[in-house]
This record gives sequence, C-alpha cells and structure tokens, in this order.
Amino acid sequence: MTWAEFLPVIFMGLMGLSMFLYVVLDGFDLGVGMLLHRADDSQKDMMIASIGPFWDANETWLVLGVGILLIAFPKAHGVVMTALYLPIALMLIGLILRGVAFDFRVKAQDTHKPLWNRGFFIGSTVTSVAQGWMLGRFITGFAEGTVYDLFALAIAIALPCAYVLMGASWLVLKTDGALQRRAAQWGRTALIPVIIGMGLISLATPWVSSTVAERWFSLPQLIGLLPIPFATFACFVALWWTLSGARALGTLCWLPFVLTVGVFLMGGLGLAYSLYPYVVMDRITIWQAASSTAALNLILAGCSFTVPAILGYTFFAHRVFWGKATELRYG
Amino acid sequence: MDLDPVLLARIQFAANITFHILFPTITIALGWMLLFMRWRWLKTNQRPWLTAYRFWTKVFALTFALGVVSGITMSFQFGTNWPGFMEKVGNIAGPLLGFEVLTAFFLEATFLGVMLFGHGRVSERIHMLATFLVAFGTTMSAFWILVLNSWMQTPVGYEIIDGEFHVTSWLEIIFNPSFPWRFAHMLLASFLTMSFLVAGVSAWQVLRRKANPSSAVALRAALTLAALLIPVQIVVGDMHGLNTLQHQPQKIAAIEGVWETEKGAPLLLFALPNEAERRNDLAIGIPKMASFILTHEWDGELKGLNEFENHPPVKPLFFGFRIMVAVGTLMLLVSWVGCWILRRHGWQPERAPRWLIASIAGMTFSGWVATVAGWYVTEIGRQPWIVQGLIKTADVASSTPAPYIALTLAGYLITYAALIVCYIGVLRYMAEKPSDTYDPAPTGGANVLGGAQLARKAGEA
Repeated sequence: MTWAEFLPVIFMGLMGLSMFLYVVLDGFDLGVGMLLHRADDSQKDMMIASIGPFWDANETWLVLGVGILLIAFPKAHGVVMTALYLPIALMLIGLILRGVAFDFRVKAQDTHKPLWNRGFFIGSTVTSVAQGWMLGRFITGFAEGTVYDLFALAIAIALPCAYVLMGASWLVLKTDGALQRRAAQWGRTALIPVIIGMGLISLATPWVSSTVAERWFSLPQLIGLLPIPFATFACFVALWWTLSGARALGTLCWLPFVLTVGVFLMGGLGLAYSLYPYVVMDRITIWQAASSTAALNLILAGCSFTVPAILGYTFFAHRVFWGKATELRYG
Repeated sequence: MDLDPVLLARIQFAANITFHILFPTITIALGWMLLFMRWRWLKTNQRPWLTAYRFWTKVFALTFALGVVSGITMSFQFGTNWPGFMEKVGNIAGPLLGFEVLTAFFLEATFLGVMLFGHGRVSERIHMLATFLVAFGTTMSAFWILVLNSWMQTPVGYEIIDGEFHVTSWLEIIFNPSFPWRFAHMLLASFLTMSFLVAGVSAWQVLRRKANPSSAVALRAALTLAALLIPVQIVVGDMHGLNTLQHQPQKIAAIEGVWETEKGAPLLLFALPNEAERRNDLAIGIPKMASFILTHEWDGELKGLNEFENHPPVKPLFFGFRIMVAVGTLMLLVSWVGCWILRRHGWQPERAPRWLIASIAGMTFSGWVATVAGWYVTEIGRQPWIVQGLIKTADVASSTPAPYIALTLAGYLITYAALIVCYIGVLRYMAEKPSDTYDPAPTGGANVLGGAQLARKAGEA
C-alpha cells in the first residue's frame, strides 16, 4: 500500500476516534440530560454540575468527526448529509435546545428553571434518538424499505438507552450519597434494554447487509473476531454485578463507567470492521471519497501536533475537576 | 405553491449564519475584555473589577453556548445545503475549516470550563492563562473562518484540474487580497459590538437604578474603548471598500447604486434602486462624492452595474451598506459625546444627564445591527457566485426537495426567534439582579486572599 493509499485509512481511523470520543464523552452528557427529570431539584443541580465544565468541549468532538468527513472525504460528505437531511435538522435543534437550556437554567428567573430543565431533557432525548436513527440509516448504506426503517428504529431506541447507561455510570463516578445510589439503580434499569438492543442489532446487521454477513461469518475471520462479542458479554456481566447492591458506591465507583466505555469500544470496533473500507456502505470507499494527497498530508501534519495537544489539555481539564462533583460557582 | 429550493436553502443558511454571528461577535472581544477586568482586579485590588468580571463571565458563558450550538448547526449545513461546495473546493476549504476546529474550537471549549468554574481549583496564574487561551481561541477561530470567507470573495493560489480545485500556494490562499482588511474590519466590529453591549448594559443598570459599583467602571472602560476604536474602524472600513472596488467592482456598483459607468458619480444618501428598469427612483445625493471617496478624484470613473453580466441584487446591498454606515456614525457620536460629558462628571453615570445614559443604553445592540448589515453587504454582494467568478451558488446546492427545506427552515426560525427573545430577556434579568447574588461580600475566602497576594507580588516585581 502506497502512502497515498494509506492516508485515507489513517483518516478513517481518526474519524472513528473522534466519533468514538464523541459518543463516550457527549454520551454521558446526553445520558445525564435524559435522567434529569427523575431526580429531585437539588440532585438536578448536582447532576448538571457533574457535566458543567466539560459539555462544551465534548460536543466539539462531533464537529471534528463531521469535520474529518467533510475535509478528508468531501465526496462522501455531501451524500451522507443529503441522505440524513431531516434527522440532522432534528438533532441540531435538539443540540441547540440542550446547550442553551444548560446555560439559561441557572441564569434565568427561578420560576423559569423547571421550563429550562424540561428543555434540557427534551433536547437531550431528541438528539439521542436522532443520532440513533442516523446510525441505523448509515449502517445500511441508506437503503430504502420497511425492514431498513425498522432496523434504524431499533437503533434509535437502543442508542438513547446506551447513553442513559453511560450517564448513570458517570453519575456513579462523580456523585455520592442518595444520588449515587439512585444512579446505580438507573444504570441497572438501562442495562437490560441495552443488552437486548445490542444483541438484536448484532444479529440484524448481517441479516440486512450481505457485506457484513460475509465479512463476519466466514472462516478464519470468525475465530479472530470472537473476542469482540465475548468481551462485550463480559462487560455486561461485570456491569450487572457492579451496579447491583452497594458494590459500585465505594472505591469501585469508576468501574461501571470504564465497563460502559468498554461496551461502546467493542461496539465501535465491530462497526468499524463491518464498514471498512466503505465510507458509505457498499457505495463509496474511502479512496473514492478522499481529498487530494496534498490536502490530506497537510491536515495530517496539523493533526499530529494538535490532536495530542487536545487530548493533553482535555485530560488537564478533567484533572482540574477530578473527584466528586461539587456545586458549580462562577469565579 | 412553487418554492425554489436554492432560494430556500440560501434563506436557511442565511438565517443560521445571521443568528450565529451575533454571538461570536460578542465573545471574540468579550474574552479579551474579561482578561482586562481580571488583570485590573489583580493589579488594583479594587472590588468593582472583580464584580464586573463575575457578571460578564456569566454573560460570556451564555453567549458562548449560543455561539457553539449555532456553530455546530453551521458545520452541518455546509453539507446539507451546499454539498457541491466541498466536492469542488474541499482541498482548500477543508484544511482551513479543519484547522479552525483543531486550533481554536477545542482550545476555547476546553479552557472555558476551567475559566468558568475552575477558580479556587487552579492557581491565579493558571486561571489567568485559561482566560487568555479562551480569548485567544475565539480570535483564532475568527482568523481561520475569515481566511476561508475572504478566499471565496477573492480566490487566489489554486489551480483547477477536472473541475476540482487544487492548492498551488497556501500562503497566497491564507493572505488572499481581501483577507487583511476583512479580518481587521471584523475584529474591530467585534470589539465595538462588545463595547456597546458592556456600556449599554451598564447604562441600563444606572437608568433602572439597579447600578452597583461595577457599573461605573465597566461603562467607563467600554465607552472609552468604543470612542478609541470607532475612528479606526471608519478608516479600515474605507480601505476595505477600496480593496473591494479593486477586486469586486460589481459589489461597489451595487452599494453605490451606479447603473451606468459614470465619471464624478454622486454619493447617494437615499434612493430606491429599481432593478426592473435599471435606474434609481427618488435619488438624493452629494454630487461627485462617491467618485471622490472611492477613487480620490472628483471625476474618477465608477463602473456601472450594466457592464457586468452577473451582478448581485442591488437593494439589499444599497440599503445594507447605508444601515451599517448610519449605525457607525451613531456609534461615533454617542461614544465621543458620552466620553466628553461623562468625563466632566467624574465618570459617575448617576450624575450625568439622563438623556445621555438613555442614549448609551439604547445603543446596547447597535453592534449587532451594523455587523449583520455589513455581512449582508459582503455576502449578498458575492452572489450569484459562491466562489467569486468561479462557482455559482445554484450549482452546488443540494437536491433536497423544497418542502423538506421549508419545514426545517420553519423549525430553525422558530427556535432562533425564541432564543433571541430569551437571550435578551435573561440578559436584562441578570443586569437588574443585585450584585451580591453573584459576587458575595468577601469573607476572607481563598479567592480574595489569592488575589491580594498576587497583586502584592506584582507590586514587588
């Protein structure tokens, strides 16, 4: 493989990394948003405080992910954006509502606070459902038909549940007391639909896409791929165990979050394996969609400096707000 | 009903960028203002500076959030509304947008968290650095996006192979002919918008008798800044206009309402451009003035619209430009008169005449009007091209059916209108709140101690 051929592969990896980081990082924000209405008022403030310093930066990974699609694969970008026109608009309105509600709720009159809380909940839910729908449509290469719509619908339900699991395990990590106990309970409730959803989708994907079926169910690949479902299963079992009773409430509070990230990682790896080398399933490969080598070289050079720096200062920001969340105060 | 999908896509994109630009225009400059307030507090240890800092930090957070969410919308709308744009100029626009995300978005968004909520968790020095990085990030973001916009107005440094643009010189692309002027013009616009916002809100507090000790210092700093920058902006704006005359003469012809090429063209103060009959109705002008301003000769020749096969619609440019200039003139008047009178009253706004304070309060959002009007002039002035002279907007539009676009457009418009109402409402509510709700009196806490220590250290050095 020459350098020119290898470059698009690197960018697919980078796009995958951004999308994965987005799903994990904004996943817990959105999950917390969807759980907000279940908590009482002081707990609501604490839940928001746990994501307050991060949500802006978390959302930026989505911009980078879409940015790489736009920059590195411009010929696929238009196809994807046109095919997903309506769900994208819905997601954007959801993201707008979520983002502004976050800021307005503490600055507006106290009497308006419940209204903005509801806006935060609705925005988070709409965003998550729209993203699930888009993922479902994307996996099938935007194929038309009832079966494909049902498939997308299943993911539109499963992904928000996975985000709720993520949000709940984030709260187990970042809070304590009654809220932490409730969060563990929420996590366990969300776990069941996530397990069912992920199982169904794993079975349905090869069924709706012959490419995926070929890729997974032929020897010897199947043997090499077996660790992915097994690791996912192990994460689920461990999640169930840690979220039961009081196991995750003490020093093990980080474990549910890490295990949930593990589940997302396995899902992401499986998806990446199914898709490669297509950027639009069965239609456009990464090489057909790629920008010129000169442009890619330049962005890669830029990325090799900035992405480590971004990861570095993202870690710094998390380090500053390490440990249990405390009341947020502007200073 | 017959809806033109390209027109709808343009309206939708215009609605989004109009809504978006309101917020970065404030935050780009407000970041630096916050840094200034913070620095004054550390330096002088005068409480009002901290109070002002805390108040405007909250405004910054709110404004920033609105900018982020509408900016994300924009990053998607490049693809949903203009899929052909990236297919053709992706090699140029892609890296520019990419560098904006990589060098600016992450920087500002990540350190914003530390800046807003990190006080007491990090040292004063690191906190100051975080504030600086947020301000720097917003400015970098303006840099990259204005490079791209200016390149679309004055494209250079490319070659076209099989209908696709390829880069021949990045240096030429980044420092394309209209970029320095547009960048300077926009940064100054941002500082002026922010100055009038800060001055206006402070004046409003005085007017409503809700002033706190920070109102007077913020008003003084902001109004002085405005008075200093507005003459610079007028000069830079003029040079930007001369630059446009050189590279996009049809834009200037539309701004000035010149249909036929003429020598000694008048400066039209008012007219109704009549595109159907290609003339102006009810024109009132100063003879020869337009030629003099643009060519620096009384009998200088200005090319008329009839010489161009493609030219932008005349009315929006003609009126947009006049609105911008009118607001700019008002800014000059209010800031200079305001500084003059307030100085004579020892910068105590309570003692200044009420009409003056009301005028300053009335100018709170004047920057928004001028900025949006100016952007309409430059963006509509590029039509029918998306990249001047090379790619037409209609050729890169998406194939999305018109009803879809109309439906989502309605959704966006309702959202944006509601949010602007909320933003202004909450701003007003925050301004009228007593300052001790967000800036409690010092009780010997860590913040104050840290500030005093650092101030002492700075004094020793």
